[in-house]
Amino acid sequence: MLNRDEDILQAAENWQKAGHGVALATVVETWGSAPRPAGSSLVINDDGTFLGSVSGGCVEGAVVTEALDVIASGKPKMLEFGVADETAWNVGLSCGGTIRVFVEKVG
Amino acid sequence: MKLETLMEVNAERAARRPVIVVTDIANGEQRLVKARDIAADPLSADLARQLRMGKSGMVEAGGKQLFLNVYAPTARLVIIGAVHISQALAPLARALDYDVTVVDPRTAFASPERFPDVPLIAEWPEVALPPLNIDHYTAFVAVTHDPKIDDPALLHAFARDCFYIGALGSRKTHAKRAERLKAQGASDADIARIHAPIGLSIGAVSPSEIAVSIMAEITAELRLPKAAAKVQAA
Repeated sequence: MLNRDEDILQAAENWQKAGHGVALATVVETWGSAPRPAGSSLVINDDGTFLGSVSGGCVEGAVVTEALDVIASGKPKMLEFGVADETAWNVGLSCGGTIRVFVEKVG
Repeated sequence: MKLETLMEVNAERAARRPVIVVTDIANGEQRLVKARDIAADPLSADLARQLRMGKSGMVEAGGKQLFLNVYAPTARLVIIGAVHISQALAPLARALDYDVTVVDPRTAFASPERFPDVPLIAEWPEVALPPLNIDHYTAFVAVTHDPKIDDPALLHAFARDCFYIGALGSRKTHAKRAERLKAQGASDADIARIHAPIGLSIGAVSPSEIAVSIMAEITAELRLPKAAAKVQAA
């Protein structure tokens, strides 16, 4: 069963209420053939558990790492991923698109 | 995002009301705009446009970079008729993330054995439909081939502004249906909203193929700009 956006946001609410640190990562802009449209989101808790996606799986690992920083600092962050990155095949998008992902703490 | 904002977003979504979260991406400041408050909002034109397209995106206003995150309700599919096509249509629609409900007063058709895991209502449309609160974010298909069941269901769909209405039947069957519905008060504009014969013309033969053609037509209606959707379906 795929997680739909509302399941994802409900999980964020439930985790927060259960006392977890939670971050929300949202695609805010895309260029080229980005895999997921603006508004797609991923929620992460301080266990590193996450739901949803911001790409076809290419950059989720990096987003989760950054999100754990955001949970710790409380400060929102803008991440940008594109094929032009030196790390293209590690955390870039192999499809050639570029995405900006806004990461914010919940609570 | 503040917990109160998140809880409000979740509550609006549970009630199937659209909501937009506006974020200043420079500092993370956020506010939530409910659908009914859009008209009075300083960003009303941008908010209304994004909501109509069902798309989130960036806008610039007052020197600020704002992200408008649109949360539209999950699309629903209401199927009138627990027939063979519906057995293929229901699981396909669920795979496409629709909430699916099947209505058929004939209990021999509307049986859990034929529709495992699908919400089934074995009642006449007059009884089954009002509690469903059918809205704009609902696709509505009538596939029983029985006017006693399909006609009242279609009249209900007209009154509820469904984004897609489709009915099974040849052009000839549909012409007769149009006459019957008009005799019961439907307008020409109502009749024009019915996609009939139902589904995109892809040469579908089997129930599964017909289900694909119906879901393709519903997808086009949901996602393409209005004029393009008509061209595709023609």
